[in-house]
Amino acid sequence: MSTKLVTNGYLSDEEMADLLPTQARLQKGPVGVLECIQDIPCNPCEQACSFQAISIGKPITSLPVLDEDKCIGCGACIPKCPGLAIFVVDCSRPGEMGTVQLPYEYYPLPEFGQIVDAVDRKGFLVAKAVIDRVNIQDHTAVLTILVPKAFVNIVRGIRLIGGDRDE
Amino acid sequence: MEKVEILVVGAGPAGLSAAMEAAKLGAQVRVVDENQKPGGQLFKQIHKFFGSKDHLAGTRGYEIGSALLKNTVEMGAKIDLNTVVYGIYPDRQVGIITADKSHQLLQAEKIILATGASENVLAFPGCTLPGIMSAGAVQTMVNIHRVLPASNVLMIGSGNVGLIVSYQILQAGGHVRALVEAAPQIGGYGVHAAKISRAGVPILTRYTIKCAYGTDQVEGATIIAVDDSFKPIGGTEREFSVGCIAIATGLTPLAELASLCGCTFTYVPRLGGMLPIHSEDMETTVPGIYVAGDITGVEEASTAMEEGRLAGIAAAAALGHVSAEKANLMKAQVWSRINTLRTGKFGQYRQEAKGKIMNERRALIVN
Repeated sequence: MSTKLVTNGYLSDEEMADLLPTQARLQKGPVGVLECIQDIPCNPCEQACSFQAISIGKPITSLPVLDEDKCIGCGACIPKCPGLAIFVVDCSRPGEMGTVQLPYEYYPLPEFGQIVDAVDRKGFLVAKAVIDRVNIQDHTAVLTILVPKAFVNIVRGIRLIGGDRDE
Repeated sequence: MEKVEILVVGAGPAGLSAAMEAAKLGAQVRVVDENQKPGGQLFKQIHKFFGSKDHLAGTRGYEIGSALLKNTVEMGAKIDLNTVVYGIYPDRQVGIITADKSHQLLQAEKIILATGASENVLAFPGCTLPGIMSAGAVQTMVNIHRVLPASNVLMIGSGNVGLIVSYQILQAGGHVRALVEAAPQIGGYGVHAAKISRAGVPILTRYTIKCAYGTDQVEGATIIAVDDSFKPIGGTEREFSVGCIAIATGLTPLAELASLCGCTFTYVPRLGGMLPIHSEDMETTVPGIYVAGDITGVEEASTAMEEGRLAGIAAAAALGHVSAEKANLMKAQVWSRINTLRTGKFGQYRQEAKGKIMNERRALIVN
């Protein structure tokens, strides 16, 4: 399978189409996005979910399937994924801003209220984002960032901060 | 001459697992390793491992290493570091240079070789400049010694080692200016590639390094696009100012000791080249000489630990520490975990290659 993921290192919009939640689901509340498309033998996400919203089953190389009705977008699966390939998106808040929860394993960590650069899957700047929450579990921080609702399916990281990275 | 029931050469994931299982079953086990610290590459692995709960998935490599080392010592295996095996003679007499630089001849009833693999080198103009090193060396500097070799790095090779070490350079505060891969596709897991992509690292497939330059150390590199037959395409050169070039172009089993023992080898390019033929019990074609981990074909740490367990159980059973029946049950459990790890796009070819190796062993023994 020749995909953008194997030729360039990121999932293209076409490859993402089936993985993304519908607009209707986004309006209802936070929901997970499992950006896992290769048959790697791996299943910690399945056990991480207290709501049985993620199923892999057998064989263990099966891709995870998310039941969007069972998923409450708690994000417990985010730091458990060894591939850091799980995100939670939400457009249910009033106003223009939605949220993206993403794994972040870099120091220094951003602080609550800090304005950062939100980037897409290629690392390209998409918009300014505000840090809404920093939750650390087993050395993997889960950042909740506020971005315009139009970008919740595009933003997948923040530009690394601190040290000589700002040059 | 000092005697030992089981001598394990190499205290990495495979060797420690072998020692732990054999010692647990009551065997007298001695592990020797030429390095200052045990654990092989495990303690450098700061990322979470893949797999299932049975494989400790979601746990970081160094945490798996700490638990394994603790268990191995608790089971009574003796670990000698800074200790080199320089030769293995007929009837399993082993020549050792000990930590205090004295010579020792050891008589082992069973030997488990878990010597790992070495990183492949890449020759190109300027490749001997200081600052050009293997990706594993970068990983040791960054994760063990906490020294960033340079703030700007060019990574060569897109297997999981190249992808993971790139990520760890970013975590250490460095920049990876690009990751270059001569093949049309990324070799390692897409999720590892995605992590460095969203951190802004361009992954350039169909590119190779043309040359490195600098006076006292590397100051830059020229890369060039290649065609379908890997021939450079003139006029496609790109320049990068970097103080380090990391080479992640695969691994080769470190099988010299198996060769010294007279083990029969086979050639499996996708597992790293020449490797000793072995059975389901990890026994080579020489009775009493077992192998486990990357020496048997380059895979990854989770599989290496399972192969170590197999060798440890089999060697202990051969010495009579456990009944064949119980040993078979234990080995079946290990095999079920190994078979799980060798599935999917990245695991299937390993399953097939390993099956072939074991068939070759059966054919040789029958004849």
